[in-house]
Amino acid sequence: MLGLPTMPPPAPRGVGNLRGEEKFPDAARRALADTQLRRNLGKATTTIRAKRAQVVAELPDWEELREAGRQLKVHTMAHLPDYLAQLESAVSARGGVVHWARDAAEANRIVVDLVRGKGVDEVVKVKSMATQEIGLNEALEAVGVAALETDLAELIVQLGHDKPSHILVPAIHRNRAEIREIFLREMADVDPTLTDEPAALAGAARQHLRRKFLSAKVAISGANFGIAETGTLGVVESEGNGRMCLTLPDTLITIMGIEKLVPRWQDLEVFLQLLPRSSTGERMNPYTSMWTGVTPGDGPQEFHLILLDNGRTAVLADADGRDALNCIRCSACLNVCPVYQRTGGHAYGSVYPGPIGAILSPQLTGIEDNASLPYASSLCGACYDVCPVKINIPEILVHLRAKHTETYAAEHRVPSAEASAMSAAAWVMSSPNRWTYALRGGRLGRMLGRKRGVIGEVPLPLAKQWTDARDFARPPKQTFRDWWAAEHGGER
Amino acid sequence: MFPEVGKATVRVLERLGQTVGFPAEQTCCGQMHVNTGYQKQALPLVERFADVFAAYDAIVAPSGSCVGSVRHQHAVIAKRFGSPGLVEQVEAVAAKTYELSEFLVDVLGVTDVGAYFPHRVTYHPTCHSLRMLRVGDKPIQLLRAVEALELVELPDADQCCGFGGTFAIKNSDTSMAMLADKMRSVLDTGAEMCTAGDSSCLMHIGGGLSRIRAGAKTVHLAQILAATRDDPMVLGRAERQAEVHAGPEAVL
Repeated sequence: MLGLPTMPPPAPRGVGNLRGEEKFPDAARRALADTQLRRNLGKATTTIRAKRAQVVAELPDWEELREAGRQLKVHTMAHLPDYLAQLESAVSARGGVVHWARDAAEANRIVVDLVRGKGVDEVVKVKSMATQEIGLNEALEAVGVAALETDLAELIVQLGHDKPSHILVPAIHRNRAEIREIFLREMADVDPTLTDEPAALAGAARQHLRRKFLSAKVAISGANFGIAETGTLGVVESEGNGRMCLTLPDTLITIMGIEKLVPRWQDLEVFLQLLPRSSTGERMNPYTSMWTGVTPGDGPQEFHLILLDNGRTAVLADADGRDALNCIRCSACLNVCPVYQRTGGHAYGSVYPGPIGAILSPQLTGIEDNASLPYASSLCGACYDVCPVKINIPEILVHLRAKHTETYAAEHRVPSAEASAMSAAAWVMSSPNRWTYALRGGRLGRMLGRKRGVIGEVPLPLAKQWTDARDFARPPKQTFRDWWAAEHGGER
Repeated sequence: MFPEVGKATVRVLERLGQTVGFPAEQTCCGQMHVNTGYQKQALPLVERFADVFAAYDAIVAPSGSCVGSVRHQHAVIAKRFGSPGLVEQVEAVAAKTYELSEFLVDVLGVTDVGAYFPHRVTYHPTCHSLRMLRVGDKPIQLLRAVEALELVELPDADQCCGFGGTFAIKNSDTSMAMLADKMRSVLDTGAEMCTAGDSSCLMHIGGGLSRIRAGAKTVHLAQILAATRDDPMVLGRAERQAEVHAGPEAVL
């Protein structure tokens, strides 16, 4: 791939779930008004955040682990073609079949053909971001195959005809009363006296799912890791439902983004410490499932691995943005993000929400399709501090903002209003005289706010967005420069 | 915008025996341009900063985010749009650029600057001071040494106030939601004033407190450090009363 004269393509439009229907500020405005959502999210993120902080603090070598994780990922991305080829041969040698999918449409087509070939109308699924990304469930439904989510939270989302709002806890926006209501409405076989006790809800889901595990012929999963050296795939989870899917059906189809590679088995030592502590705030996750090709007489007897690009090569081509591919999908950045905590995941439009989504989604789709996401951050830096592989998210957000304005400028002859304002500001600031006059000119603002001593609501564009909720100080009578000249005049 | 903060910074530094200069050729560090996506437009500002301040021993700014921009962004802009010479130049200038509390504690080795401020105060560690510059507890050390000041801990102090530069305009609803929580934390402390090392965050928090007539206001760290027994900060002077809660510059 490298060395080709054209830029690698982004994830195509019209398929998958990487693009929202509206801009972030508009979607966020609605989410912010949802008091139930605010309460659910505030409670859940605060709890996970505290748990994470506690288990991370236990490790004296946490910073070294983060650095090791970062370096392993950077190294892997730098040698991705080689490691992918190595993974392909290792998987093939152990009886698996490797497929390459350029994009979401191709990946969906491969899965649909495989599932149809088995003559089934139902498949069970392990929680997987890649399949959410490409819209696999919708593609299967279109050919009459029901894809049953078996992760409890994904099941809640699916039964609620809803979309995931968090990478790890896709139903984080729901509380237990809402879940009970969804189960009563959507589970045909549910006990009508079901309460909203967590154990009762889990019990209802278990009963609902168990029959499906036993009857399913085909399972579909994603992968947390793919080990190039051995051809081993790995899924980490909490419930064990994933392991049911990975072991009971005859056929297993795994869809893995090409960035999920690690070079060696030994590298898991680092990631299996980083991931559970960062994601669920556990020292170790309850279930870690590993499988290598096909083992005769044990587990699925047919294994397909679909390696998904869908814009990833395009991300890799941007030296300043490619670290977004290092993400191990722990969601720590979502849980600490003050923006995510208040707006929830749906506001981001893409299946990848929060800080990581704000740098990943626009790169996968091309910046113009998710242009509002890099601005959905106050650049507070909390995400960078918790990232287990040290992705400098604020820096990439700033990089993508520049990419957006520069792409816009290259494609339009007339500059945007914002670009004109920024150029004008730069022009003023490029001259001390102009700057001094501009500051003095601010005194005109003293005409406002005389009554209360502060400037209240100003119904003009931009001023309105500020003064809607915040008073503005009246400009000073004397600027600092004029004070300095009067007090220290001539002194340099 | 906030001349009192600049004046206070000069006062503190001069009181500690420093020779303070204010080169009139300086303008702005260009952070707004870089953070909004206009990197090329920031180049003349980056060049100007490096030129204007080259001759000084140390550059001190009463703003964590401006210093953060100089330290972390100027080199990025210079590498992208400037000459190799400029990269060297901005790196050299960035290495001697300090946020006020860093300069006082690390360079001058002072925590007691001889200030007097008889008020109940809470400290908000602004994001860029906290996570970009890692100023740590330096501002707290300085505040603890202020005579008569009652320092109360701010709950969830490390949470962003929601300012974020143009974020406050582009995503004003989300910004306000963050502000609401920050104001609640400030008010929960029962402090008269919330202080910080960044006028922009204080403008945001102070503007919000003023709007809801909260009875608490914001004041810049430099202003607290500048106040002394001989030259105290006078609050509630009749003709100034109304301006007091508007933001950092309004506290006289």
